[in-house]
Amino acid sequence: MTNQTLDMCGYACPMPILKTKQALASMSSREVIEVICTDQGSKKDFVAFCNQLGHKLISQRDEGNKIIFQIEKN
Amino acid sequence: MSDLNEMTLIASKGTLDWAYPPFILASTGIAMSKEVTVFCTFYGLNLLLKDLSHLRISPQGNPDMPMKMPFGPKWFQAIDFGPKIPNLFWNIPGLEFFATQMMKKTFKNNGMATIEELREICIDMGVKFIACEMTMGMFGFSREDFIEGIEFAGAATYLDVAHKSNQDLFI
Repeated sequence: MTNQTLDMCGYACPMPILKTKQALASMSSREVIEVICTDQGSKKDFVAFCNQLGHKLISQRDEGNKIIFQIEKN
Repeated sequence: MSDLNEMTLIASKGTLDWAYPPFILASTGIAMSKEVTVFCTFYGLNLLLKDLSHLRISPQGNPDMPMKMPFGPKWFQAIDFGPKIPNLFWNIPGLEFFATQMMKKTFKNNGMATIEELREICIDMGVKFIACEMTMGMFGFSREDFIEGIEFAGAATYLDVAHKSNQDLFI
């Protein structure tokens, strides 16, 4: 159940975080965004991002060189 | 979530490579709901000029810069020319320009935003920039040389902001 998908493949730090932040701003609480990116550093960055802002990192999985995050807005 | 949510950065360098860390950290700070102030002093003033196209990198006196070509076959791109080139070589006119173009290409190949894009995002997201008035005068800049919406002030203003902040970094 995803409300929005954000494709950040090919973008380096900090763009996936910045664009996710902007996308979350237009969403309602409990809605879920799926972020797809290729920046390997984002694996830890999204954990820190969600931790800091109180969003819930529902899942994180690798698909080839892509990393797919599902984040529920707090 | 922490309630201490202010961050300040001092940006003191004005080369293309060193322009990235302040903008990356400032925009990420805002994304993580911090209030961010960047104090641009000495060569860091360059980051606030209207035109950023003059920003360059210098391999001169920069022995740790990895120098890998952003084009050609994989084996060629893997070679680090940095340690193989004597520093004197970089005195040759035009090579700094070449090195800058190669660095820009490397940034692009790796999906990095340009400095102009990152600065735009910082401004849109609400990063506050302070240009150091003292260094402006010293280097002969005038207020018209800088982008709109920034503050002009000195060390005391920065320290006052930093006093309330819990993360302060010198770059």
